Amino acid sequence: MAADTHAHEHPGAISPAKRLKMNRVGLWLFLLSETFLFGGILVSRFYLWGATRPELNQNLGLAVTLILLISSYFMYRAETAIKHDDRGDFLRSISVTIILGILFVAGVVGLEWQEAPIKPFTGGEFGIYGDIFFFMTGMHAFHVVTGVILLMIVAYRGYKGHLSSENFWPAEAAAIYWHFVDVVWVFFFPALYLMGSVVGPGH
Amino acid sequence: MNRIVRILLGFIVGFVAGIAVLVAVRVLLGLTPMPATLAPVLFSGIGFAILGLLYGFEPSLGLTRGFIGMAIAMIVGVVAVTHFRRAMGLDPAYALEPAWTMAAVLGPIGFMLGVGAVTDWLKWIFGIHTPDQHGPPEGKPAWTRYFGFDQNHKVIGIQYTVTGIVLMGLAGIFALIFRSELAIPGIQFLALDMFNSLVGLHGIVMIAAILLGIGGFANYLVPLMIGASDMAFPRLNGFAFWIAVPSALLIVAALFFGGWDTGWTGYAPLSVRGAMGVNFFMIGVFFFGFSSILGSMNLITTTLYMRAPGMGLFRMPIYVWAVLATALIQLTGTQFIGLSFLMVVLERLFDLGFFNPAEGGNVILFQHLFWFYSHPAVYIFILPGLGIVSELLPVFARKPLFGYKWIALSSMAIALMGFLVWAHHMFAAGMEEALRVPFMYSTMLVAVPTGVKFFSWLGTMWRGKLSFPTPMLFVLASIAVFLIGGLTGPPLATVPTDLFLHDSYFVVGHFHATMFGGFVFPFFAALYFWYPKITGRMYNERLGQIHFALQTAGFYIMSLTMARTGLLGMRRRIADYDPDLGIQNLHIIMTVAGFVIFFGVLVGVYNLIVSARKGEVAAANPWGSRSPEWQIPSPAPEHNYEEPFEVVGEPYDYGLPGSVYVDMHPSGSKTAASPAH
Ligand code: HEM
Ligand SMILES: [Cu+2]
Repeated sequence: MAADTHAHEHPGAISPAKRLKMNRVGLWLFLLSETFLFGGILVSRFYLWGATRPELNQNLGLAVTLILLISSYFMYRAETAIKHDDRGDFLRSISVTIILGILFVAGVVGLEWQEAPIKPFTGGEFGIYGDIFFFMTGMHAFHVVTGVILLMIVAYRGYKGHLSSENFWPAEAAAIYWHFVDVVWVFFFPALYLMGSVVGPGH
Repeated sequence: MNRIVRILLGFIVGFVAGIAVLVAVRVLLGLTPMPATLAPVLFSGIGFAILGLLYGFEPSLGLTRGFIGMAIAMIVGVVAVTHFRRAMGLDPAYALEPAWTMAAVLGPIGFMLGVGAVTDWLKWIFGIHTPDQHGPPEGKPAWTRYFGFDQNHKVIGIQYTVTGIVLMGLAGIFALIFRSELAIPGIQFLALDMFNSLVGLHGIVMIAAILLGIGGFANYLVPLMIGASDMAFPRLNGFAFWIAVPSALLIVAALFFGGWDTGWTGYAPLSVRGAMGVNFFMIGVFFFGFSSILGSMNLITTTLYMRAPGMGLFRMPIYVWAVLATALIQLTGTQFIGLSFLMVVLERLFDLGFFNPAEGGNVILFQHLFWFYSHPAVYIFILPGLGIVSELLPVFARKPLFGYKWIALSSMAIALMGFLVWAHHMFAAGMEEALRVPFMYSTMLVAVPTGVKFFSWLGTMWRGKLSFPTPMLFVLASIAVFLIGGLTGPPLATVPTDLFLHDSYFVVGHFHATMFGGFVFPFFAALYFWYPKITGRMYNERLGQIHFALQTAGFYIMSLTMARTGLLGMRRRIADYDPDLGIQNLHIIMTVAGFVIFFGVLVGVYNLIVSARKGEVAAANPWGSRSPEWQIPSPAPEHNYEEPFEVVGEPYDYGLPGSVYVDMHPSGSKTAASPAH
């Protein structure tokens, strides 16, 4: 193709090393932006709940948190593997990450949303406690789901043999994003499950 | 086939298709095939007929495919939600608000698929090679690249700017309509909710236009000024522009869904209770936020990594500093308006209670979230404009920019301090009392870096050799008008006076002066200044002066009258007023002045359109600028600089003998050009 031959030849074309650097900065800027989103959500939680929290299923909360933390380990493993051209380990580890990510969403959306007093789902009449819980877990789960989709795409690229120690940026990007979503939960979990005194039906 | 025939055919086929689509959708929804009234039939028919007409005119326009994608996605949304509700046993299955909210969410996605903004990414997933695009699309007329997805920053810059001007005109018309209603007391021709919707639309569409205008110049100029061949992420750049188009459409479409009563600020609880136009407005703004966030991410990366050799941060053109500061606010702050609007939409759809005290919510939370973005947003509007003023003044004063470093840092200081003053919009809102005084002081403090800029402008002009072509006239007007905005700010920032002035026309006068001084005048200054760069031709100087005179005179009269009417008791966003207030004549003056401004802008737009074809061919560097973009042919080549230039001196040393800013041929070809002996 004519377009191919003169790609990277026009004046001012960018070297692959610089491209990688710029990709990293771009992604980190995007995550900085996302930090403000989740920061705003946390602010809303403290503004409306103050030093209180609803009664939630502690075991379930702890379980999903552990699942997500462990998934971050496997994501790190997958990223390192592809940087060392170990495609087998990459595919295994990223598959585990994807499965753990899906388990997390199933735990939060599938189980917790059926129990917690959330109006649209259980008809819960527990006002702002259900609403904020639904909003925080919902916004986070949405990001986990997009992360899982991203991981699936990257896994597919790796499966096709498009990724290697030369071309690992997609895997690295997905990993950074995944860790970010994980870190967000590290702040959300205590804000939802641990901080403040319990109020709610029965209290 | 003859183009005329194709257009006619497109129109007819589109009309029939529009009616067919309507019938099909109604059948899918389980309704009678034909609606009871004729209006929906005509609406759908004419809508699709226009698409057909566009398609017949030029089949390869990305824009048309975007519209078609948007229409399909919206229909899918309505049908899917209705079937979902039927399956869940909800009554009624076809409920207006959930169905059309889903349509509003899916619409922009369909548009982006249709326009081709995500094609390369989808191909990438499947490992299909996607080369960077160079030059106009193959096998299509060159002008079509402006109406479709394109990766070149100069094309995208023009797309942004032109879309911005179109929206500005639209928002101006909205204003003239409700301004005419206000000219005399009593209700003349506007229903009350229509009046409210028009006020809100004027505000938010103008804001969209401003953001697009800023994006336009930032995209066009930043790579040229720093010596880059393009932006850091060209595909993302195209995406960031095109997502703004369906967003703007959604905002305007709110008018057809009952409008909304809250004004551009969307305060709860009124926005939670009002007509469903609120959803269209808020979802439109939400998607528009993607444009701001992704665009600024691109600009920051470009500025940090793609500067020419020798261009340290303090040798960048001052405009690039302004854009950098602006981009930092946009990148982070935008999330907050998105968040507050998202919460309102969720509260409406799922009957939640974030802002409802009866359920333990709090209305003040909305205002905190909203203003945490929307105050910094006012600095988004003005910082690039003030940057343009600082950029152009030295050129027309033939003197170095006074205090370059201070100006650069003052932009950063304004950007950061802008995040610490938001609650000055809430003094009268029942906010936590302890916050009032701290926010009063922090607000006053922002005046300091703003004052730095004024001193620098005065210092730059002092004993300069001033000349006054149209861009300079607009620059001077920017300074003068922005001064009114700045002086009306402190009375609003002072709690005791604000309790009297809040929500009055004084506030309206204040922010119009800041926006005109900080954006509208500098925007036109920039348009006239870089017009020869962009088109290769000169605008008409006489028409430029007429535009200037009408806009400046009209604006002075309008904003000062606004402030005065406010002091006399006129409330903002109210369709009527008491004739006994003694403000009848002031209202007539404001209305006339509004029309004068609009007419002035029309003259300007006419000038720009006509001169693009008939204007004199411009000299290579008509203003004697030292900036690198003026050292290459106009319009600039596809990839800007044949050979990277090198920065060897200070950017604004106008008038200093022997000083050089850029060496255009650092590899030595310059010696070849100079006489050999
Ligand atoms: C000296 C600097 C400034 C000060 C002290 C200041 C202060 C204020 C205050 C206290 C208000 C709230 C008034 C009220 O609603 O009661 C206000 C409103 C406003 N200001 Fe400023 N301002 C300044 C500069 C600017 C600039 C540079 C802009 C932007 C271009 C701007 C745009 C606005 C807008 C849009 C509003 C109205 C928002 C609304 O309620 O719709 N201001 N200003
Ligand atoms: Cu403000």
